[in-house]
Amino acid sequence: MSGEKLSLKDLARKRDLLAPGHRLCAGCGAAIVARLVMKATRGPTIVACATGCLEVATTIFPYTAWRVPWIHSAFENVASTASGIEAGLKALKRAGKLKYDHVDVIAFGGDGATYDIGFQAISGAFERGHDILYVLYDNEAYMNTGIQRSGGTPKYASTTTSPAGKVIPGKLELKKPISHIMVAHRIPYVATASPAYPLDLMRKVRRGLEVEGPAFIHILAPCPRGWRFDPRYTIEMARLAVQTCVFPLWEAENGKYKLTGVSRSIARNPKMKKPVEEYLKRQGRFRHLFTPENRHLVDEIQKIVDEEWNWLLKMCQLS
Amino acid sequence: MGMRGKVLGLTGDEAVAYAIKQVEPDVVAAYPITPQTIIVERISEYVANGEIKTEYIAVESEHSAMSACIGAAAVGARAFTATASAGLAFMWETLYIAASCRLPIVMAIVNRALSAPINIHCDHSDSMGARDSGWIQIYCENSQEAYDAAIQAWKIAEHPDVLLPVMFCLDGFVLSHTLENVHTLPDEDVKEFIGERKFVKVRSHEGREVPFVLDPENPITIGPLDLYDFYFEHKRQQVEAMKNAKKVIVDVGREYGKISGREYGLLEPYKLESAEVAIVGLGSTMGTAKVVVDKLREKGRKVGLLKIRAFRPFPYEEVIKELEHVEVIGVLDRSLSFGAQGGPLFLEIRSAFYDFERRPLISNYVYGLGGRDMPPDLIMQIFDDLEKIKEKGRVDVLLKFIGLRE
Ligand SMILES: Cc1ncc(C[n+]2csc(CCOP(=O)(O)OP(=O)(O)O)c2C)c(N)n1
Ligand code: SF4
Ligand SMILES: [Mg+2]
Repeated sequence: MSGEKLSLKDLARKRDLLAPGHRLCAGCGAAIVARLVMKATRGPTIVACATGCLEVATTIFPYTAWRVPWIHSAFENVASTASGIEAGLKALKRAGKLKYDHVDVIAFGGDGATYDIGFQAISGAFERGHDILYVLYDNEAYMNTGIQRSGGTPKYASTTTSPAGKVIPGKLELKKPISHIMVAHRIPYVATASPAYPLDLMRKVRRGLEVEGPAFIHILAPCPRGWRFDPRYTIEMARLAVQTCVFPLWEAENGKYKLTGVSRSIARNPKMKKPVEEYLKRQGRFRHLFTPENRHLVDEIQKIVDEEWNWLLKMCQLS
Repeated sequence: MGMRGKVLGLTGDEAVAYAIKQVEPDVVAAYPITPQTIIVERISEYVANGEIKTEYIAVESEHSAMSACIGAAAVGARAFTATASAGLAFMWETLYIAASCRLPIVMAIVNRALSAPINIHCDHSDSMGARDSGWIQIYCENSQEAYDAAIQAWKIAEHPDVLLPVMFCLDGFVLSHTLENVHTLPDEDVKEFIGERKFVKVRSHEGREVPFVLDPENPITIGPLDLYDFYFEHKRQQVEAMKNAKKVIVDVGREYGKISGREYGLLEPYKLESAEVAIVGLGSTMGTAKVVVDKLREKGRKVGLLKIRAFRPFPYEEVIKELEHVEVIGVLDRSLSFGAQGGPLFLEIRSAFYDFERRPLISNYVYGLGGRDMPPDLIMQIFDDLEKIKEKGRVDVLLKFIGLRE
């Protein structure tokens, strides 16, 4: 089945490969992301997971929530661990020792594991062309260790290592354009996705598994604890991020950018684009921006989002 | 037996690469570093020429080399890597992971000093720094031993009573870049000796007995979060596995002797009968030391030596058995444990004799750091010193530096 033909009806019937009973927080975006990703698998699959919330909370010995073979090795090496799995499978197949025609390999990493400490390993694995799907579940900070900033934390977000203080209004640096960096690796498939749009997400996962060679899917995973919002609003945050173009949905197959879903609709009908304020004001991590002295910072964020959105439209040849 | 293979002129690195070619592991993931480079270059050539079907992963770092080996071994493949010095230090985190996930990876260490200052020559600081990582450690005296260890390592690592990774160590440049005659086995003998990798059964979380390997039909979780309620027990299992490894190393060494004519154990005594003083050490220096022992024996001096082959697991009982009649022991260390009473080997040997009712005098000699030469006359001086200690009946200076400008 190709990525395009997946239907929610079929997917709803499929047994969850990430079982309930794990200990991720109520309303955890990462849990929803992982469950959806696993729903979109297509056959024998092996999962490798970097250290982080997803790993720690799903495999507390002697329990595990994974109904697939699963390995955690370290924080920064999930891409190289997955490289070894893929190479091992290839060699076993060649030697006639593999009982499967093909086994998909999925690597999960958080933003810390991806933007920062594990970046080199991913770059290496992609340059070598391993046939793996790398899923970045991006909750925009090191949540497992207590909400510290990462290269994926957005500008002016308050974290425990970029706290909004009397003179410094949260993180001063921009979020690293990680997915565009992955496109620049000239891998066959890169996409962004949001759990607010599950079918779009699962189609992209399926496409990522189908292509030969590395695929990278960047999925926003709102974290009620780190972003400071009520757990019932996880999907709303994921939706607002897309509707404000803070986190547009796109895919790039062989380097060719294409908007998908709501983001495509917004490109056609710019009036649909919501102001970033609607997204920011719902989250405690941006609370300090809504004071008279800091108001201009919200405008600055709007400007950055607009610029990046316009750049993306150009990449999609829509402007 | 042992006459069927070819005798080849090989450097230590080439001997390792040649053995690995005959083993033909499923995956080799490695990153170049002097003086290991020849190993990965040769293996790459074998792959490029279609001589072996191994998947060669030219990783971007040693951290990734070991990580890829972990992934490959977890999926049931045989995985090999080689490194030295900074490369091994860079792997540190993943060494523990490989051992604790009970993955039978094999690694060649071409011993080299650690930075700073940067130095490409031999000492044992790199592998000694990894002695507590849960890996089996075998030290080789010459290229022949390196070749033989590169074959035996798999059988030791994969033994169901062991399931621990093995690093075998050969001295940088002294062995890695020096041509020697190496007796090789025929390819088919190597393949037959190693056999197929087998998997122990574990109880999966779905309650079934399944092979300990990542297999979609029989899902298991490897490397979970393991807190105060079970972690300790898992460490205890590693202690047991290390203990078991002693017997397995000996059994495998004996079995290897049957096909090669070269039998191996945990250690190698040399002219220890009736020896009054002896040195204990490991690596290539023991080759030089044997020549010195021969010379001194010719002169009627009662000297001998004990070469340690397996440093982990450490053969305490066997060491005592070999040395119980010796009055003074000089332990040679080619690395330091800063702030400790002596080098790593010294600490082991001294501790081994603690419960022995007649404790010998034991003195420590640190030599050869950063590739400093250890010629026969320096070893001769050590024997002189040991005899002096014997006369005096006590050790005045516990730790001495050999061949050092003070
Ligand atoms: C080498 C190393 N450094 C630091 C840590 C501590 N650590 C564990 S998880 C983590 C943060 C994970 O962040 P991310 O990848 O964003 O995943 P999240 O927990 O947010 O899901 C850190 C810093 C570690 N385990 N290993
Ligand atoms: S801290 Fe955030 S990412 Fe971690 S489990 Fe809780 S909600 Fe999920
Ligand atoms: Mg995170």
